Order: sequence, then C-alpha cells, then structure tokens
Amino acid sequence: MPHKVISLISVGRHPQSGRSRRADQDSRAVELGLKLAGTGLDVVHAGNSEEPVLRQYAGMGLPKVTVLEQAESADALPALSNYLKAEKADIVLTGVRSESGESSGMTPYLLAEQLGWPIVARVADIVEIKDGEAQVLLALPRGQRRQVTVKLPFIASIDNAAQAARQSAYGPGLRAKMAAQTGSTEEDNVRVNWSEAPAKARPKRLKVVKAKTAADRFKAATAKPQGGSGKVMKNESAQEKAQAIFDLLIEEKVIR
Amino acid sequence: MSDIIRRDPRAEWIMRNRLHPLHEQYASQEEGGEVRGPSGLIRKFPHKVGFIGPNGIKRIDRLKGNATAPKGKRSAAAQEVQLPLHKVDSPDYYIMVVADMVGGRLTGHDKDILGLAHKLIAEQGGNGAVVAVCFGEVKEEHFDTAGVDRVLHIEGEAFEGYAPEARVQALAKVEAQYTVKHWLFPDSIHGGCDLASRLAARLGERPATQAWQVNAEQTVSRGASASLDITRQTPKILMLLEECADAIDETRHEATPMSLDDVSVAAATIKDKGLMAVDPNAIPMAEAEFILSAGNGIHNWDQFHEAAQVLGATEGASRVAVDDGFMPRSRQVGATGTWVTARVYVAVGISGAIQHMQGIGQVDKVVAINTDAGCDMVKRAALSVIGDSEEILAELMKLVAEHKQTSLSDQAEENSNAA
Repeated sequence: MPHKVISLISVGRHPQSGRSRRADQDSRAVELGLKLAGTGLDVVHAGNSEEPVLRQYAGMGLPKVTVLEQAESADALPALSNYLKAEKADIVLTGVRSESGESSGMTPYLLAEQLGWPIVARVADIVEIKDGEAQVLLALPRGQRRQVTVKLPFIASIDNAAQAARQSAYGPGLRAKMAAQTGSTEEDNVRVNWSEAPAKARPKRLKVVKAKTAADRFKAATAKPQGGSGKVMKNESAQEKAQAIFDLLIEEKVIR
Repeated sequence: MSDIIRRDPRAEWIMRNRLHPLHEQYASQEEGGEVRGPSGLIRKFPHKVGFIGPNGIKRIDRLKGNATAPKGKRSAAAQEVQLPLHKVDSPDYYIMVVADMVGGRLTGHDKDILGLAHKLIAEQGGNGAVVAVCFGEVKEEHFDTAGVDRVLHIEGEAFEGYAPEARVQALAKVEAQYTVKHWLFPDSIHGGCDLASRLAARLGERPATQAWQVNAEQTVSRGASASLDITRQTPKILMLLEECADAIDETRHEATPMSLDDVSVAAATIKDKGLMAVDPNAIPMAEAEFILSAGNGIHNWDQFHEAAQVLGATEGASRVAVDDGFMPRSRQVGATGTWVTARVYVAVGISGAIQHMQGIGQVDKVVAINTDAGCDMVKRAALSVIGDSEEILAELMKLVAEHKQTSLSDQAEENSNAA
C-alpha cells in the first residue's frame, strides 16, 4: 500500500529582489514528496488560491494543489491539523522556516504537538520506508549526516541539503487544478500587537580593548594575532614526524 | 612577583616636576611628610634631613630626589587578576540558558547568550540566577568566567547522542521544578533551534526566533527570511542570533551544580542510528572539518590523493597546484578560491602566500609539512614538520591504516563478547 505523503507549501521571497517565488525549502519538500509518492503526492497550501506562486509549484508536475482558503492574517494551524487528521497522512513534509511572515519555523512543531506525532528536523533525505518505519538522513553542520529511524506517521522539516527542486514548467503549472477548501477563520491575535519594519543592518561588533594601563593598550594594539609558538620538528626521523601529526589528528578527533 | 628593584620612571618624572599635581605627595613620601609649625611655617627636623649613604656617611640630597632613583618596587609582569566573584544566594527566579556545547564546550554563541541573560537580570531586578543547562558529555572548565551562576547538567544514557525527545521532556520537568523566567536558546543549527521549538510547542509558549536585540520589555527579531524586523514584548522563550549581547568578562561566577529530581523519560520514537560515513570530497570545502591541502611541494600526486582518502580528509590546493593543472579550480583555497573554516588544516608543500593565509584565517589548527623551515606557513602552524612530504605522508598513511585495523578488531571483539 502506498503511503500518504503530504507536502506543505508556502509563498517564498526572493532574497535579492524580494519578489514572491516558490520557497526554496518548500520546493525541496515537494521534490522529496514526488520521489516518495510520485503523483500521489498531496500538496497543501493554506492561504489564497489565486496566488500565482502556487502555479510555480504545480509546474513541478503536480496535477492539483489543495488550498485551504483563508485570509492572510488567519492562523494556518487549525486548518492544517484538521486537514492532516482527515486525510490520514503518513508523512508530512515542510520547509524548516518559511520565507515570509514571522518565519519562526514553529509550524511543523506545533502540528506535531497537536497531532501527537514525532517530528524530525532538518531532513536531507528519506531513504526507505519499511514496516511502518522510515529511515531518515538528517543534515548536520559541516556536511555530516546522521541516520535515524522514525515510526510513521511523522512530520519532517526539509533542510537545504535535500535534493534541489526540479525546474518548474509554465504550461503544466497553468493547467493544474487548484482544489480550494475552506480554511480557518481564527485570527492570529498575538501578532496584532507587533510592529514590523524593514530589517536594519545589524551593527558589527567592535573589538573593545578594556585595558587599564597604557602598556596594556599598547600591547593590545600591536600584538600579532598569532603567537607563532608552534612546534617545529626538524631533525627527527620521518616516522616520528608522522607520529606527531597522527597524534594531533587523533587529539582533534578528525580521525576516528 | 619578582624581587628585582626596578626604577619607576613615572615617579621619577613626578619628583622632578614640581608643578605636577602629585609632586607633593611623592616628595613627602620620600622625606617622611612635611611638618608645619604653630605659625604655619614649614619646619624641618634637621636630624631627619638626608639619609645614610652606602658607606655609612650621612648624605643630604639637595636635588630633592631629582638625581637619584626613588625607592619602591614595580612588578615586572602583570599578575593574574582575580576577577570579583558575583554571588547569588537563594535566587527568586532563574534564567535558563540551554547551551549548544559543541564538542562539550561552550561556544562563542553560548557565551554571548549567557551575557544577555545577565543583562536581562540587571534590567528586571530581583535576585535572579543564570543557569547553564547542558546534556551529554561536558568538557568545559571555565563555566565560572563565562557567567554561569548554576550548572544543571542532565546526565543519563537517554540524553546521549541525538535525543531531542528525551531532552525536551527533561526541560519540561525543569520548568515544572524551578521558577523559570526565561528560556534562552542559541538559534543555531547545532540543535539549539530544534530543542527550543520543541519546548515552545510543548509548553504552549510563543517564542521569538532569530532575536537579536533583547531587553526586559522588548525584543527585536528577524522575520520573513531576515528581511523584516519584528518588535514585540519579550516572550518567555527566546532563540537568539549570534552576537546578541556581549559575553561576560569582568566577573567570576559560582557555577554551583543544580539537580533535576526526576530524569526518567518515555521511550523515544526517533531512534538514532549514528553518523553516516560521508564522502569527504562531497562536503563543500567552505564547511569541511578536515582538509588536506597540496601545493607546489607535492610531486607524487597519486600518493596525495590516496593519503586524502585514507585520512578521510577533504582535498584542497594552493593556487600553484591549480594553475599547474594538478587540481581543479574548485579546490583552490585562498583569496581567489574558497575561504575555509576547517578545524584541522594540513598544508603539504605550501609555503603560504598571503592570499592563501587569508583563506585559512578561520582555521583552528594548521599542520605544515614543508622542506623550508623559514616559510610563512611554518610560522602560522601549530605543528610544523620539516622534511620530504612523500616520505612523511607514506608513514602517516601506514599509521592511520594500523589505527583503523586495531579499532576494527576492537569492535569485532566487542561484538563477539556481546554475543
């Protein structure tokens, strides 16, 4: 029996021009969903069904996009959790953080908490699904990968390390069906009190010298950043030299 | 402190300069203070004038010390300063800082957040304590100077490795046991963001993510992929960006251990299967952890590639090696190539042009293998080996192969014992 895979998509924002586009991580989630479920993938958006960006997602080869119709200021969470419950999803894929709005990255966590499902964050790939368990690769810093297994159903947020999304085709995107359903009308009341402004450049941290005496200040201003107190091996045998390097590599744990 | 008597040029200068505001003080130190008579005139006690010279004869110094070096010692080296201790007895509330502790030590990001926690306590008033919450192995030795009043180290097999579910359960128990005013997390890819989101969902709090300007009332955080500044009331759970505040550097703190009563956790639904072996050359060079880099001094390129494979290092190259066609352009390290952030960088046959040194500016440990002991790379390196690179790489490969064999056989032994 094929598994029910749902990808959640949102409207992205181009980092330079600021125009709306398909979000990077969300389109990777769609790509992974297509790999897992083919055209059986259900792609869900909570928002406006007239949004032209949804056509860009649909152009990846989706016959239809489900839209939970709701206002921009409405909370997407109740509608999404109701939908996921009703559809009996096995795997829900989202991006790590949206590119518009608050972009707190809390949606998958809150959904998981409401549904009582496990969540795996920063997924690079889902390798295989067997016996109600999925083998998942997590993306770690410095290009490392961790393998975990998790029971279905679960929510995964897709990292930038996942496979890049395929190109979007314009024509099929236009032909795709937008299946609109009614979403939630619950307003996000907390957000009303916030004030939003275009991001200011963050001040660079200055190197403040807290020296008490002139001598210390002089030293701080003139000292070289590197002490140059490295160990130099000249006359030892090649074996001893190699041993010294080897010990350092073991100590730094780069050789396991 | 040494006992060498040293001249104090400043004191001498003040003694010479009768208009200096401190002149009186220094001069009176020298002479034992001035005495004024009943009419206000300065009286000199003739027996106290002067001093006994080295051969037992009394000398009177009419130059008021201008010719001699005044007494008094000045220590040669700056002593290690004991910072003042910041003490918190029976705190009313706690600010919990859940540190990333990458490699068991506080990161710079963690220290900034500890600094912010103290700033919040200073603004809010009251008797608050900053707690560093850490999981797993802890190697940090300087909690006290980083601004940690209390350490809550949650230990147990369930919290080792990748265990976000167990950790968030423990944090929820911490919330139940102690009066926590704020939860501060680093908004980092080392797990801080993940854990914070889980805790926020569990406690039903709305967190501020990517916060960068925080005080007791207001928080400014980034939104919409860092194109928006959102100003709001400071929430209970905060995920903070780097450089959100200055780290503590003027006080010492107690770092007393705290404990959590109940550390039992439910069985995890996510099972950790360990780290995967990754092809080191598939890792982007800018974030690779361990780089073996080749330059003009390499003659046996097959051996170099083999060495990189055996060591499990990402390959890098200097500009010369790239220009000569031995390595692809994408592997070039330096100003025109990639700026690397590796922890260990082994430079084989690279003398260290300034452009190359810029590229490795952020590297922690550099190992140089070179025939020239006077080159710049040797000056930069933590360990330099002077000699023929081919020979040394061959020996190194032998050592690593042996090491892998023994660790494999150890594992096999363990498995057979377990069976």
